[in-house]
Amino acid sequence: MADGAIAARFRLAYPGFALDVDLELPGRGVTALFGPSGSGKSTALRCMAGLARAPDGLLKIGGDVWQDEAHGVFVPTHRRALGMVFQDASLFSHLTVKGNLDYGMTRARVTAADAGREALCEMLDIAALAERWPDTLSGGERQRVAIARALLTRPQLLLMDEPLASLDVARRLDVLPYLERLRDELDIPIIYVSHAPEEVTRIADEAVVLDRGRVVARGAPLDVLPSASRLVEGGRFGVVNALKARVVAVDDAYGVTRLAHPAGEILIAARLATQREARVVMRATDVALAMSEPRDTSVRTILRGRIEKIDATESALAFVTLTLIGGDRLVSAITRLALDELRLTVGADVFALVKSVALDERGL
Amino acid sequence: MPTSEDFAAIWLTLKLATIVTFLLLLIGAPLAWWLARTHSWIKGPLGAVVALPLVLPPTVLGFYLLLTMGPHGPLGRLTAFLGVAPLPFTFAGLVVASLFYSLPFVVQPIQNAFEAMGDRPLEAAATLRASPLDAFFTVALPLARPGLVTAAILGFAHTVGEFGVVLMIGGAIPDKTRVVSVLIYDQVESMNYERAHWLAGGMLLFSFCVLLALYGRRRNGRNG
Repeated sequence: MADGAIAARFRLAYPGFALDVDLELPGRGVTALFGPSGSGKSTALRCMAGLARAPDGLLKIGGDVWQDEAHGVFVPTHRRALGMVFQDASLFSHLTVKGNLDYGMTRARVTAADAGREALCEMLDIAALAERWPDTLSGGERQRVAIARALLTRPQLLLMDEPLASLDVARRLDVLPYLERLRDELDIPIIYVSHAPEEVTRIADEAVVLDRGRVVARGAPLDVLPSASRLVEGGRFGVVNALKARVVAVDDAYGVTRLAHPAGEILIAARLATQREARVVMRATDVALAMSEPRDTSVRTILRGRIEKIDATESALAFVTLTLIGGDRLVSAITRLALDELRLTVGADVFALVKSVALDERGL
Repeated sequence: MPTSEDFAAIWLTLKLATIVTFLLLLIGAPLAWWLARTHSWIKGPLGAVVALPLVLPPTVLGFYLLLTMGPHGPLGRLTAFLGVAPLPFTFAGLVVASLFYSLPFVVQPIQNAFEAMGDRPLEAAATLRASPLDAFFTVALPLARPGLVTAAILGFAHTVGEFGVVLMIGGAIPDKTRVVSVLIYDQVESMNYERAHWLAGGMLLFSFCVLLALYGRRRNGRNG
């Protein structure tokens, strides 16, 4: 087992539900547990936290054994060096933000300096909230405080149970960039439970897909999510691509921004600050495919690539994964009908068409 | 005008209610915690036993308490073994009887508060390195504060208002067991209506104020 890696084996049965997972997870980066409700992803997370106990479970993290029922080992939650962020933030309403942040830190005997408290609060934009009471915070602020509270204990492992699910779309976009920053700056493994494909593609390095208590797929989010997205309602809209591109020019007259990408120019229907590099998020459902370069179309963003993989679902949908010029991958969701009528096959050169109005700064 | 006899009874009543409320919070909070959290089969029966004084006539409770505390009862044997005076017809006996009698009024609001907060705050506390005992004192009790205040008010007021059990266990010994409700009964029995009025009116006013405080609190702020 690699340094800091996690080995987890849980088997658990309730009436009408059974969990049976055996996972080796990397010792850093974000691993998403993705699946519909009732798939067992939250239960698996609770087993890792020690909040649920699988009768013959096993959980090792790095060199530590947190559960090994075969040898009678079960470390209670409060003795596990983990941080957990719940769906509803679960801040203590009788304590101020500062009191909440202190709660875990003092118990873990971590000093503010060691925890990098100031920098963390800066990064999560909560430094100004210290004296506020939890019920005066917005949903996004609460969740950011909860994340800071968990991290201030300097955990070996961060568990996040649908941290964005209780937020509305606008608030979700408030928190998402912070999560992305955390992922880039933390050197501990993060297990991220979600039923939203968009969060998983944007945040996770790896996705483990669970269905009815079992692992059904595992891999890079863009590899497994196209076919796994059918597991959740509206999942097709959650399959998103994230391309890095360089801002070239802002056209003030039309209010659009041009970005350079090896596969073609990307046009965004918004004025972006001229930052050197931007991440452009595009939904698979907003990407159309053409066999030849269309000349008379309103679509302004046309990217060249080659078909690498085709996932035809049993429903109307097919997900086509392209390798773009320059090496980036791009997933397009089209109908199975279009797939057959265009006779798209693996290895074919195609053009990916993205409506510029579907792109704005939300994902940047 | 109230007499010194009345003041003695009032003082005794307040002393009894204060001691009983204090002890009941000490006993009631852990008991309510256990009842709120356990999945044991004994939760049902124990909850029912705690609630018995709500429905039993005080005479039934008083009768059995008298037997328990009497020379042949378990409590009576314990007091004899310890070499202390038997409990019936003493202030200590009144305290013990009142503990049983007012128990549900203290346990139930606290139990409701614990149940309403659910497991989540304690789970959050555990993930922040708080042991269960630590979490009980630093999370569960503070969050249950409105329930604790309600419990204290109800426990106090109910102890002040008890009559039947007190009469059976304590009798009416001035300065020892003759609380206000018993004194009112004595006055009415001896046709001293005017004396009874002072105390009865006072009790009425007291009870009204307590309930006003309680319900006013509930309406004004959920956080108490």
